[in-house]
Amino acid sequence: MANASTLPEAAPPVRGMTLSMMVAMAILGGWLFLALTGPLIAPHEPDAIDIMNMLSPPSAEHWFGTDQVGRDIFSRVLFASRVDLFLCVIGVLPPLLIGTTIGLLSGYFGGVVDSLFMRVYDLTVAFPFFVLVLAIVGVLGPGLVNFIIALTLVGWVSYARLVRAEVLTIRESEYIQAAKCLGYPPVAILTRHVLPNAIGPIIAYAVSDAVLVMLAGASFGFLGMGAQPPLAEWGVMIADGQAFVQQAWWICLFPGLAAISLGLGFAFLGDGLGQMQRRQATA
Amino acid sequence: MALLQLIARRLIQLAGVLLGISIVTFLLLHMAPGDPARLLAGDRASAETIAVIRSQYGLDLPLWRQFLTYLMNLFAGDIGQSLRFQRPVSQLIQQFMWPTLFLTVYVVCLAVPPTVALAIMSARKPGGTADQVIRLIGIAGLTIPVFWLGIMMSRLFGVSLGWFPVSGYGVGISEHLHHLFLPALSTAIWLVPVLTQSLRAALIEKTTADFVTAARAQGASEREIFWRTILPNAVLPTLNLLGVMVAFMIGGAIIVETIYAVPGLGTLMIGALLGRDYYVVQGLTLVFAMSTVLVTLAVDLLTAFIDPRVRL
Repeated sequence: MANASTLPEAAPPVRGMTLSMMVAMAILGGWLFLALTGPLIAPHEPDAIDIMNMLSPPSAEHWFGTDQVGRDIFSRVLFASRVDLFLCVIGVLPPLLIGTTIGLLSGYFGGVVDSLFMRVYDLTVAFPFFVLVLAIVGVLGPGLVNFIIALTLVGWVSYARLVRAEVLTIRESEYIQAAKCLGYPPVAILTRHVLPNAIGPIIAYAVSDAVLVMLAGASFGFLGMGAQPPLAEWGVMIADGQAFVQQAWWICLFPGLAAISLGLGFAFLGDGLGQMQRRQATA
Repeated sequence: MALLQLIARRLIQLAGVLLGISIVTFLLLHMAPGDPARLLAGDRASAETIAVIRSQYGLDLPLWRQFLTYLMNLFAGDIGQSLRFQRPVSQLIQQFMWPTLFLTVYVVCLAVPPTVALAIMSARKPGGTADQVIRLIGIAGLTIPVFWLGIMMSRLFGVSLGWFPVSGYGVGISEHLHHLFLPALSTAIWLVPVLTQSLRAALIEKTTADFVTAARAQGASEREIFWRTILPNAVLPTLNLLGVMVAFMIGGAIIVETIYAVPGLGTLMIGALLGRDYYVVQGLTLVFAMSTVLVTLAVDLLTAFIDPRVRL
């Protein structure tokens, strides 16, 4: 047994949150609140057509103005936040779960599975990400469900690659050797010892991935390959407003600002998590 | 010679990846639920049309036979036939590729100088004020939807101020430069943060390298160390950036070309997707992937040519 004084000191808990973290919490909490209470606070029905108030500029009645068929932009931005926020979660989770599982197995056991995975990885990164997802959605047919399927088919390899690299270093550590000697089955070692030690980088990557997923989702909505009109989604709304941008800039402006602010929330969260991890590493 | 060996090794790897790419693009058409013949013929096609298409394109053959045919056609330079234009996809690509190539070079010219400048500014004093400000701007830049930025810029600089045309490609180099300025700028704004972050990391890594310590031990000033020791070593990471950029830029070009109605490959791709012209989608996906792989290869070989350490 090692002398207690030679054991590495446990990292002291990080005191206080970083500024990035607080900004992130405020933005993401705010959007979560708006998404959940959207139907209660929206001043108008998001799909209510009002021909008398087409393309009217922002006013006390319509805070963000109205679009080409008189729908209230503010209410639509609120309702769309439900779609886009949901998209961030549902677009990140399946690749994360599949990629983590395959990365764990591939890194821990090595052998044929591992070399097979590496070939799949090399092949997938040969394609520009956006093009491959776009082509798959094109063949499967436009829509949110197919967008998520395509995103999962392409996205899991990045998670698997990241987890595999983590596992390769963790695998050689003494506590894993000890767990093996004690006769723990591989499943227990992987879930109780390897995974908890690899989780930090996975979460950090997932947060930065959320920004990409949100932007991709909005881009696909914009291109007509994702969420389908008349569903209110920020990308779809911007596509709707594009033809009228000369007379009515507000149709495009506000959904874009909403997307940027949600993206900033995730970006600051990633930044804050990174800072905290670095602090822990240096503490 | 080590360089030749490296080239040979990379070419063998290249053959493997190209074969893989062709398998993926081949399977792309077979991923769709149901019959690929129905997919190609469209929803309203009659049973006879579907049968004709099935035998015409060999879709009634076993999958591996179809793949062999596909591969043979690829070797002969035939990447399919557009159902919408009734022309070979390769011809379409030749027609639409120039605006995209021009745009790509334009974006590189606009994006690389600010990237290098910003990365140097942040890496000179990691954690300093300049670094923090650049990091914040970078975070913000990453979250801007490029299609939204494109629309807003065309509205402001194109429509309101009238400085730039908002669509098309023009005739002649100067008109191309004028027409593609806003598309290139929107792509560059979105690209610079990504590139700055990776170059900054590479530069900071160099500041802790042994040869920097050695230079410092010999009494070189910090200014001298930065400009004469660290910076030349950052040339290679910058070169590698170009490889990273290509995949990003192809994705960005698709969106930006759609917004500014640039008659390039991105516009062709979106048109094919919405018009269900699947052989064009397949062919373009193949060409995009091959360009990415070839640029990466070129960058790797150039790196090996410049830096003898890579050849080992």
